[in-house]
Amino acid sequence: MDGSFGHKGHLVRVAALFAASLVAFFVLRALFVPAGFGLYGHYRAGAIEENRLRPVAFAGRAACVECHSDVPDAMKGGPHERVRCEACHGPLAAHAGDPAEKKAVRPDSRVLCARCHAASVARPARFPQIDVADHAGQEACTTCHAAHNPLAPPATSAGPAPPTPGPQGGGQKGGTR
Amino acid sequence: MESILHGVEGYMYPNEMELQWSILIVLYPYITGLVAGAFILASLERVFRVESVRPTYRLALLTALAFLLVAPLPLQLHLGHPERSVQMYLTPHTASAMAMFGFVYLWYLMVVLLLEIWLDYRKDIVRLAGSTTSPLRHVYRVLTLGSRDVSEEALRADDRVGYVITLVGIPSAFLLHGYVGFIFGSVKANPWWSTPLMPIVFLFSAIVSGIAAVMLLYMAATRMRGAEIDMRCVDTIARYLFYAFIIDFSLEMLDLVHRIYEADESFHTLDFMVKTRLYLPHIIVKIVLGTLLPLGLLALTQLVKLTDGARRGTYALAGVLTLIGIFAMRWNVVIGGQLFSKSFLGYTTYKMEFASREGLLAAIVLMILPFLILWALVELLPPWTDATAEARHQA
Amino acid sequence: MSTGRREFLARSGKLLFLTGAAQVAFDAVLRGEPTSAPNYQTAEHWWGMTIDVEKCIGCGNCVRACKEENDVPREPYYFRTWVERYHVPEGDADSPQVDSPNGGYDGFPERYRPGDGSKSFFVPKLCNHCAHSPCVQVCPVGATFESPDGVVLVDKTYCLGCRYCVQACPYGCRFIDPRTRTVDKCSLCYHRITKGLTTACCEACPTDARVLGDLKNPKDPIHEFLRTHKVQVLKPQMATGSKTYYNGLDGSVR
Repeated sequence: MDGSFGHKGHLVRVAALFAASLVAFFVLRALFVPAGFGLYGHYRAGAIEENRLRPVAFAGRAACVECHSDVPDAMKGGPHERVRCEACHGPLAAHAGDPAEKKAVRPDSRVLCARCHAASVARPARFPQIDVADHAGQEACTTCHAAHNPLAPPATSAGPAPPTPGPQGGGQKGGTR
Repeated sequence: MESILHGVEGYMYPNEMELQWSILIVLYPYITGLVAGAFILASLERVFRVESVRPTYRLALLTALAFLLVAPLPLQLHLGHPERSVQMYLTPHTASAMAMFGFVYLWYLMVVLLLEIWLDYRKDIVRLAGSTTSPLRHVYRVLTLGSRDVSEEALRADDRVGYVITLVGIPSAFLLHGYVGFIFGSVKANPWWSTPLMPIVFLFSAIVSGIAAVMLLYMAATRMRGAEIDMRCVDTIARYLFYAFIIDFSLEMLDLVHRIYEADESFHTLDFMVKTRLYLPHIIVKIVLGTLLPLGLLALTQLVKLTDGARRGTYALAGVLTLIGIFAMRWNVVIGGQLFSKSFLGYTTYKMEFASREGLLAAIVLMILPFLILWALVELLPPWTDATAEARHQA
Repeated sequence: MSTGRREFLARSGKLLFLTGAAQVAFDAVLRGEPTSAPNYQTAEHWWGMTIDVEKCIGCGNCVRACKEENDVPREPYYFRTWVERYHVPEGDADSPQVDSPNGGYDGFPERYRPGDGSKSFFVPKLCNHCAHSPCVQVCPVGATFESPDGVVLVDKTYCLGCRYCVQACPYGCRFIDPRTRTVDKCSLCYHRITKGLTTACCEACPTDARVLGDLKNPKDPIHEFLRTHKVQVLKPQMATGSKTYYNGLDGSVR
């Protein structure tokens, strides 16, 4: 019955079975490895492109200034000069793309300003910070401070002008040397 | 999820608070450990000619197969996208130990285990293909691969090939379970896992659990069949269990002493974790109940002459405690490694769910499943050569 | 102040120049559509980030901006970036008290009294975009990788969700997104930086504590920063090749 292979015919069948599955494996592999895999490294090259495809939520200062060109002038020389628009005004790419339909909302100064300026032991000591209740009572911050340049007297002011700042550097502690 | 926040003590990085690897990942090394251990026991007879354990040879192989078939299931249940797991075969990242899983598993299943079982059983398969009258005869006919040659020369060829396969199978079994140890041991980010000893500790605890499992299964199955337990066989197995356990215990003690002595930056946080959150699974269950007690029991049987019945009872107790202890060891490695923060400043808790995809219920079902498969395999390919089993297949 | 003004002009000029070069893409950006980056050459960039601990005020702008920009789940267990507050008791750098309430998303409620002899500060954390990344090393299928321009990215359609990379990251910056069941992490706003914008976190930072850096660009301020500050990376003993450089990193930081 197993003449050609002596008495090892059954072993040959097993070996053939293994060889066949090995071939099948390589064929399936060639068929199903995703396109572009291994082009730049051990990953799908298309993944790089996919990571770039995402809508942007923050437009960036340059986009804001295209329409609101007066604001950088207002901020000039003040402690908020380097603060970017969306740091306070939130993500505005939608507004920049369609200013009429997608309106921006003016933030509430009592909530917004305290986020950075409420006194905290962990904040750098030279960073301007106040105890909000002591400093402002129930008033909104914008009563005395123009948000874009908080140390300048505001255009419509109900209270006194804010005090002149202390030693140079009322803003960034450390700065660049 | 809210409860996770409440379970955090001290500081954990925000992304660390929820555990990544659940009880299913505890189960996976446990199952593959049983596979490796059962196979090593089988190889004792085949390669090292320890003739006294012959009665357990076939049972050990079937046990290994039953557990190996279940092994991928906890992983599939754990993956976020199990349908993509075939990618491990398509584009395995050779730098990753985990990528080896697919190939080591397939190799071990097909080239080692299935082939060895087939070669050892071939004479019976051919006989059963001819003699069985139930629908099972079709299964046997397929298994013969079309060859009915059971001549002396054919069987001798089978024996020689089987010997080589078992020989190759021993390092393969080491690899099957050793790479799991390496998966943990090579993670430098986690000081509870990162040690070169990890693959070896995993391997020896696997051998211990596998031997204990086969010993218990042999005693239980023989009892259920109403046959006589071969005490010479069981005594030998228990002796090898004892030796393997001593090595395993020494390795784990070495790791422990080394950690305590060097007391590096992670020591304080790990020490605290072991003494508080891991106290029950690590100290009580694994060390006392799962290692010291069975070691003591086995040592007792070596030193004191006990009756057959007393020895059987002692082996059974030691075996059960061992299996619980090795499970606890896997738990302590996997879960323990995630209970402390990589900032070394805090701890979290493992909230194990019950009826979810990665919950306790799934784990219990996955642990019962191999025994059901084993039962089916034992029915299909009886490991026993006495008349009772043969008579059943004529029916 | 004049240095500050000069730097500001240079920055916005650069921004205008770059967006000018990618004008077509930028218009689509403003319309809110996802789009490619036609003029971007990966070989010209090698991205990193500098973080100045001495400037961070713990306002949480970066955490909020990131979650908004990258659609990160709002629950407190998933962060691409977060801020930690350290409170180091006097003379005990080994046992700092650290907290990060909701990652700093809502700021930090005041907890400590001044004058108790301790020091406190904030440390923002994010993916370090390691050059020898352990997370990339352990991925079994190649679903996470370092791009040719130095950003460690995730291939969401290829990730199995095995979580090995989450275990391997020493910095705890990865998490599993419960919606996609794949891994997610800081992508250095790859969709923004390839169009000449900066990352969302850097955009929102009011004190310039966080600044994106391009190490291959000789005019990038990162070179000056690295030269003039005492700079460290997190967990240097892990030799991950981290490209997130901290100034003012205290020894107690984990």
